[in-house]
Amino acid sequence: MTQTWSRARIWALIGYAVAAAAMFAAPLYLSDFRLNLLAKFLAFAIVALGLDLIWGYTGILSLGHGVFFGLGGYAMAMHLKLQASGGRMPDFMDWSGLTALPAFWKPFESLGFAFLAGLLIPGVLALILGYVTFRNRIRGVYFTILTQALVIIATTLLIGQQAYTGGTNGITGYSKIAGQSISSPDTKQMLYWVTAIFLVVAFVLCRFLVKSRFGKVLRAIRDGENRVRFIGYNPALYQMTAFAISGVLAGLAGMLFVLHVGIISPSMLGIVPSIEMVLWVAIGGRGTLIGAVLGAVLMNGAKSEISAQYPDAWTFIMGALFIVVVVFLPGGVTGLVERLKFRKRSVSEHEQEAVRHPAV
Amino acid sequence: MKKKKMSIHRTALLMLVLAVGLAACGTSKDEPASTTEGGTTAATGGDTIKVGILHSLSGTMSISEVSVKDAEMMAIEEINAKGGVLGKQIEPVIEDGASDWPTFAEKARKLLSENKVATVFGGWTSASRKAMLPVFEELNGLLWYPVQYEGLESSPNIFYTGATTNQQIVPAVTWLLENRGKKFYLLGSDYVFPRTANKIIKEQLKAEGGELVGEEYTPLGHTDYSTIITKIKEAKPDVVFNTLNGDSNVAFFKQLKDAGITSKDLTTLSVSVAEEEIRGIGADVLTGHLAAWNYYETTDTPQNKTFVENYKKKYGNDRVTADPIEAGYDAVYLWAAAVEKAGSTDVAKVKEAAKGLEWDAPEGKVKIDGATQHLYKTVRIGEVQSGGMFKELWNSGEPVKPDPYLKGYTWAATLSVGN
Repeated sequence: MTQTWSRARIWALIGYAVAAAAMFAAPLYLSDFRLNLLAKFLAFAIVALGLDLIWGYTGILSLGHGVFFGLGGYAMAMHLKLQASGGRMPDFMDWSGLTALPAFWKPFESLGFAFLAGLLIPGVLALILGYVTFRNRIRGVYFTILTQALVIIATTLLIGQQAYTGGTNGITGYSKIAGQSISSPDTKQMLYWVTAIFLVVAFVLCRFLVKSRFGKVLRAIRDGENRVRFIGYNPALYQMTAFAISGVLAGLAGMLFVLHVGIISPSMLGIVPSIEMVLWVAIGGRGTLIGAVLGAVLMNGAKSEISAQYPDAWTFIMGALFIVVVVFLPGGVTGLVERLKFRKRSVSEHEQEAVRHPAV
Repeated sequence: MKKKKMSIHRTALLMLVLAVGLAACGTSKDEPASTTEGGTTAATGGDTIKVGILHSLSGTMSISEVSVKDAEMMAIEEINAKGGVLGKQIEPVIEDGASDWPTFAEKARKLLSENKVATVFGGWTSASRKAMLPVFEELNGLLWYPVQYEGLESSPNIFYTGATTNQQIVPAVTWLLENRGKKFYLLGSDYVFPRTANKIIKEQLKAEGGELVGEEYTPLGHTDYSTIITKIKEAKPDVVFNTLNGDSNVAFFKQLKDAGITSKDLTTLSVSVAEEEIRGIGADVLTGHLAAWNYYETTDTPQNKTFVENYKKKYGNDRVTADPIEAGYDAVYLWAAAVEKAGSTDVAKVKEAAKGLEWDAPEGKVKIDGATQHLYKTVRIGEVQSGGMFKELWNSGEPVKPDPYLKGYTWAATLSVGN
């Protein structure tokens, strides 16, 4: 038994190593455009990990992760826009009637500040939201509705405060990051690797969390919150923490997204992207970290590819795909794998049985 | 138990590797280097010249943008039927911007770097243009943008075939002040075009003796205008200058009519309501209301007669032509003419050849202004008739020189960024 266990473990390690190698070597075999796309998908995979942590492991469905993603994105976008404006006020403020740079924009001149803000603002917001909801035992569908409300508040605010946020257009038109031209192939490759490293770090962190005692409590909360409470744990504390970590990961993903895509707009915080993020996790297979990563990469790859091939009909094809997965693969891609393995094993056990007891 | 779990991991990882491979398929690093100094060569490599068409074919903007795509496709077919450009057929590569600005940026990048198109025709909202702009500047591509917009922009990589403010809004305000009254009420959707437009209008009102009696913004997609109509009644303006977009127009005009206010009681002038939108709102509700554009389906030129005839023959008699549709059609012809003149699809050469290029468009003569890459366009104020078509009340007589930064207006000094 121990032998098969360690063999399986070796296989898993080899698998991860191959996947990581394929990911890190991507600049060698992908064109600049494809690399840019993959970088974006890897950024999405980071949000998916965070979502999986709270939905797959803790049983909290958030349809508001676009907000945390967007806040990270805006933090980075503000920095990049200031860099591109070269000490002057960003163009959209000028045409929206501002005469001086608002005070809250100034610290974003520093990349370090912007980076920290991109992690902490979503994290703290998630913590506050988690505090007021979980402590008051608001959960299930009520919590989900609240997260949707958060999305509407955030987009309305961003669109309404055009002079400070760029309005519907969002913030775009960047030139430099850390002194380097953001559009040069070298910088892009570097940013790709940065994204890949962050994904690995996020993955390892999440894996560590779900394997730890903390992760066990999360799963216990998912399966029976009241029991956990009776045992003496405070579920709210665990839920808040998981939600905040998830928010931080979304913020990180948003920052990386902006670096690769070159624009952030309120539409990225909207209801549709927030739901899409959950769909990636659902399709990849919730409750398995690798499923979340796979879901984000596969679904976005499919979206890019199908929309290029069938520009008139791709939305229908994607819709059909979702329905097929939800109806026939409730456990997502990883769930399918599990089912196949299960069937294979039970068949072979059956056969063995038949051999041992041949029909008379 | 453990074993089962591990195999999940193994297979899942295999799929991850596959996924990465999938992203790689169809591409390789040894594709011919696409760009020589300053221009695309691959676009002209074969027997065809590839061009990109990038509009929203899904999502909220598709209702407007699909018609522009149709007009561009028609222009391409017409040019191909006459032998194409530089003796080659034009091959359109269609992409869906999906009413989502980052998608516009992604697809623009794809068209330029993967399909190596010679040029792209696309966009509708300012947000989509602003999202694509850095991509075109970075990859030195060429974008033809067909919709009237808020000005204050001139990218070296974009040709603007719709009106800028001094070819639509500014002359409309002047005309209204002279013909309909001094008291203005500004109503718009809450995004960059209405806000910028109204900023300009407010300066102009101050300078030309108008009076601002109210200013309201509603979120995109807003449909309840009863409060605003009450406010309008109280403010008693002579003119409502309407920069609402999309569905909001349906709600606003229907509720205005229900409130018993007709075009006889109150002048409204819209800058985002064209023939296509009238079809959606219903001509009965809009009869007598005004709009400012550069082109109407009823514009009386021989070119327009053929254009409208062909468009209806191709896409159905119930379809209408409108300003952005015509501007999209113009864009394809102007690009083709510039390429013929340049003898190449090289971006720098096409831009050079495009300077001062003239063309008899359905709207009348248009000319490319080399300095701003905008068009000289005739301004037209029209009144909606019961059949849903416009009757022209006034036009500028000749094409107006584009002035995106309003440098020719002293009152606009505080607005312009100075580029």
